[in-house]
Amino acid sequence: MSILAQVKSKLDDKVIDWQEHSPRRIYITVRPKDIKEVARLMFKNLGFRFVIASGTDTPAGIEILYHFSYDKGGILFSVRVLIEDKKNPQIDSIATLFPAAEWIEREMWELLGINFVGHPNLTHLLLIDDWPQGEFPLRHKER
Amino acid sequence: MSHKVVIPIGPYHPLQDEPEFFRLYVEGERVVDIDIVIGYLHRGIEKLSESKHYDQVAFLVERICGICSNSHPFAYVLAVEDLVKMEVPERASYIRTIIAELERLHSHLLWLGLAGHFIGYNTVWMWAWKYREPVLDLFELITGNRQHYGMMKVGGVRKDIEEEDIPQVRKMVDDLVPVVDMFKGAVMDDPVIKARLKRVGVLTEQQAIDWCVVGPTARASGVNIDVRRDDPYGAYDKVDWNVIVEKDGDIFAKTVVRILEMHESISIIRQCLDKMPKGPIDANLKDVSIGEGIGRVEAPRGECFHYVKSDGTNRPVRHKIRAPSYMNVASNKVAAVGGTISDAAITLAAVDPCYCCTERVAVLDKKTSNKMMNGWDLIKLSQDKTQRIRESYGAKP
Repeated sequence: MSILAQVKSKLDDKVIDWQEHSPRRIYITVRPKDIKEVARLMFKNLGFRFVIASGTDTPAGIEILYHFSYDKGGILFSVRVLIEDKKNPQIDSIATLFPAAEWIEREMWELLGINFVGHPNLTHLLLIDDWPQGEFPLRHKER
Repeated sequence: MSHKVVIPIGPYHPLQDEPEFFRLYVEGERVVDIDIVIGYLHRGIEKLSESKHYDQVAFLVERICGICSNSHPFAYVLAVEDLVKMEVPERASYIRTIIAELERLHSHLLWLGLAGHFIGYNTVWMWAWKYREPVLDLFELITGNRQHYGMMKVGGVRKDIEEEDIPQVRKMVDDLVPVVDMFKGAVMDDPVIKARLKRVGVLTEQQAIDWCVVGPTARASGVNIDVRRDDPYGAYDKVDWNVIVEKDGDIFAKTVVRILEMHESISIIRQCLDKMPKGPIDANLKDVSIGEGIGRVEAPRGECFHYVKSDGTNRPVRHKIRAPSYMNVASNKVAAVGGTISDAAITLAAVDPCYCCTERVAVLDKKTSNKMMNGWDLIKLSQDKTQRIRESYGAKP
């Protein structure tokens, strides 16, 4: 079974959208509530390496891409979630599954104001400790 | 009475490329816990990138790091090329590969020199930096600059390698072979360096996987990953070379990986010079469509990752950058804990973050905050340990 078919069958009904930008760049959209399970399947079950996550402020909500690398085949699987509630965005932390996600969740928390539920140490990483509350540098100003 | 002290390491030094702050908790000689604080050099480049047009961003990301000043723009242009699904002229791919491998050579030599200094081998330090100079001269010959080469451009490279320069480039690259051989012998066959670095700062294979480390740090722990081979870019799939993997995960293994990689880099550069076809060096990007793209490059320290999202204007709407040290430095949380203070300086430096942080070290008593040691004392501690090993091998005190 090809790796794409394996991922499809593992994630099963959690996949909302499957987009193959190129043979080595796959974007998979899932629901925010499923992210912990999807990350567990990707990292522990399929043995992918967690590369990084990237948060973006979009008009529809806060979008997070979790990038997982299948190094044997050089394929990058980017798992997309969209958190629609921009006033109080929150999502389950995946840092409890593997320590490599700890820093990037802290970074997204301070730069985009996403609350990662269950994170062991949600404190400032890049910004100074007395950074004003409610100021999120990577949020776009409402027009 | 057990005496629990805190050793702060960092954060500022004018030489370092990424200031960090390490707070070591020690009991006696043993490191029991470590806090890592980063962010001292957070310049908001991701945000700044949103206000620059696509051509300017390559120059902007070049300035993220003085050592990897090719890897960041390389990963960025690959991301934009992935976004617009653009092919790069073959000659440009070869030139990009040559620059990337020269960067690996100068970066590994820099690391080797500093590692030598930290364990009291100042000859290794002086020699490594001496032989790093011709690599910088090569950069100057090819790109016009010793640092910040300004070569990467979406669609190609900015400057061609002139035919009349190629014999000189070849000669300078050939001259590096005996240098790397010498370091191979001087470091890998030296019983004192072996005794000093073996089983120090060990990162096991499972820890390397859990912390998702990249580059030589991962490969020294038996994790066989290299973006150049796994997700080929540039001309890496057109030349023969080997991925160097070691099993032990200690600092000696990390050193071996870096030294042997320099041989591979020289081999890659020679093959590129042989195979490089004539032709254009730029595909001339016109417009960037709506979409997103990802570029990744094997920087000297590991995988460098860039994500670019476009809304169809001339500027990226989001640009996420992840440098390899972001993953590697965090792994010190396991690699340094359990070791001794005299090993801390070299362990923290073994992932090749920014070395000079460790020069600003002070040992503090946790209760009174009285300074007990400064940075030089800590490096001295590390060098003294090497000296003791040397003497046990029969060297005169």
